[in-house]
Amino acid sequence: MSHSLELSAPIENKYLTTGVKILIAIFGVGMAFGLYRFLFGLGSVTHLNHQYPLGLWIGVDVASGVALAAGGFTSAALIHIFYKEDYHIFGRPAHLTAMLGYTFVVIGLLFDLGRWYNVWHPAIPTMWQGNSVLFEVGICVMIYLTVLYIEFLPIVAERFIGHSPKWIDGILRFLDRILGKIMWVFIILGVVLSCLHQSSLGNLLVIAPYKMHPLWYTPVLPMLFLMSAIAVGFPMVLFEYYLAAKSFNHPIDMQKMGKLARLVPVFVGLYFLMKIGDLTIRGAWGNLFDGSYQSIWFAVELIIGIILPIVLLLNQKVRNNPTLIFIASTLYIIFGVLLNRINVFLIAYRPPYKTHIYFPSIGEILVTCGLIAGLILVYRAFVTIFPVLPAHKNEHA
Amino acid sequence: MGLDRRDFMKSLVCAGASSLFAQNAFSSTAEANNFLDTFGVLVDTTVCIGCRKCEWACKQVNHLPNKSLEAYQDTSVFETHRRPDEATYTVVNKFDVPGEEQRAEYTKVQCMHCNHAACVSACIVGALKKDKQTGAVRYDSWKCIGCRYCMAACPFQIPAYEYHNALTPKIQKCGFCFDRLVTENTVPGCVEICPVEALKFGKRGDLIELAHANIASNPERYIDHVYGEHELGGTSWMYLSSRPMEEMGLLKFGTKPIPSYTEPLQHAIFKKFVPPVSLFAFLGGIMWLFRNSESANENE
Repeated sequence: MSHSLELSAPIENKYLTTGVKILIAIFGVGMAFGLYRFLFGLGSVTHLNHQYPLGLWIGVDVASGVALAAGGFTSAALIHIFYKEDYHIFGRPAHLTAMLGYTFVVIGLLFDLGRWYNVWHPAIPTMWQGNSVLFEVGICVMIYLTVLYIEFLPIVAERFIGHSPKWIDGILRFLDRILGKIMWVFIILGVVLSCLHQSSLGNLLVIAPYKMHPLWYTPVLPMLFLMSAIAVGFPMVLFEYYLAAKSFNHPIDMQKMGKLARLVPVFVGLYFLMKIGDLTIRGAWGNLFDGSYQSIWFAVELIIGIILPIVLLLNQKVRNNPTLIFIASTLYIIFGVLLNRINVFLIAYRPPYKTHIYFPSIGEILVTCGLIAGLILVYRAFVTIFPVLPAHKNEHA
Repeated sequence: MGLDRRDFMKSLVCAGASSLFAQNAFSSTAEANNFLDTFGVLVDTTVCIGCRKCEWACKQVNHLPNKSLEAYQDTSVFETHRRPDEATYTVVNKFDVPGEEQRAEYTKVQCMHCNHAACVSACIVGALKKDKQTGAVRYDSWKCIGCRYCMAACPFQIPAYEYHNALTPKIQKCGFCFDRLVTENTVPGCVEICPVEALKFGKRGDLIELAHANIASNPERYIDHVYGEHELGGTSWMYLSSRPMEEMGLLKFGTKPIPSYTEPLQHAIFKKFVPPVSLFAFLGGIMWLFRNSESANENE
């Protein structure tokens, strides 16, 4: 019985459901605004200006996208480095989410880059700029994205070996054999690269000490970004597992879900300790009561996004209920991490000569929604084509 | 700095990638250098009459859309404190003098050409560079990817962006009239036109001496502070004033250069690639240990 869950298989559900049609519509609207931006410039769609050069697309599509794709490297570490084979069923979906997540981070970035056609420049050695925090982020993301696709090749091989023309079959078998031997290098490399750029992402705005609100501005911001990313890995895996099970009508393996959920408060708890430790050492608690709108967002992040999910998941009853695990995970994902990235990149950023506060335009929001819809559509296509989600044939029979 | 580079090059040989690396990819933006021999401009805000001729000249020499010189006599623009934008590299703002209703003082705003520029440190492709001879912070739009991280990094909020240019948007800011300084061997357009010599061009070191001499001989006219001498590690453009520049539209800063907030961590990570390589080895060790213990468990 447990063995049947170890196998992965393409899902047999119909692709075009009502939900999918709605997603296609959202995707289409978003891309229409995206096209408009490419034709008429950033100023025609966004509320970006000389005061606020970074907006929703950087805060959400890029920075949050990278953080929320952390399930890929945390589950790779858990399953393949710490060898907890029990969690195998979470491995492939988490990896697919990371791979597609990072792909959409790059696509989202292209919308934001003024000279998007120069996106390859950081890869050219004569233009390397090692002092730039952004350079480290960029180069790590480029390599990591490649690593993620390489790690996906065995799944492609598994799907098409024995189902393809002879010459393709031969290539796949050859690749699969080579990769099988050296995959451990890519697995560890993926974790190292993730640690590097997840933390560097937090170092990005350390370059603006006079602009950032003191509740978030700290020299250890890179450590906080890394820890929160590590901590969001398993909640993301649980979040997706629950959603996939619900939308594809798959049974839920409560025992494994509960077991993984037990790890969440440990990591989120560590992040919580680092965060309050940092506030205490810097003597920044006072800023929490300065009445600024920043202080309210910080409180939301801390109480609803961090403390609440920890308290919930420490409770055995919550961990026995898949819906409650899903809710607790979602709280940390949305209010603990997504809100944190928005806070750091948008809310905490205070231009010295600002005339008004940045709020994203409808166009910016619709492009972001379109990209998220696109990501879900591609994910659904991938799990339909490739053996990613756990197979359930035995139970249906 | 030479040593840093040598160390770094050595580490690259270890990594087997030295031939690929741009030689100065890691030479620190925060290196020790007083930039006394580079050029600078000393702005005397007590002399400036707010004629805005510098604004006009700037647009002329930089081929920006311009109005007639007469149009710049319009003083209504002083009702707000303006900022430079994608078509304006410099603006002059008016500040009332407390207690003296008839008199006003003016602050010219433009890129400060920081000695240790945050934008240069931030730029992902080295499109912004500090010129070692002139001190100008120059921009190469060909390299630029349009990420606007320089704008987030600049503590003076100077770089502006061509948000309405769809295909070839540029970062726009004062370039210190680099071509005039180097090929034409003359002074920046704004300095040349200033009718009251409120802008003095020269070697940065000489200007600092001049500024302190002026303060010493006119202690009632100036406060004893040269804005830009030490702010954020020093800037090419500096200001003499009757009161703190924070009251005249500039900002209060410490002396620590902005790049020293982020670069130490950058260099610690990349220097000899020790942290990433150790992490790789550490994780490899864990993998090996757990794989063995798991297979041992299965054998039981």
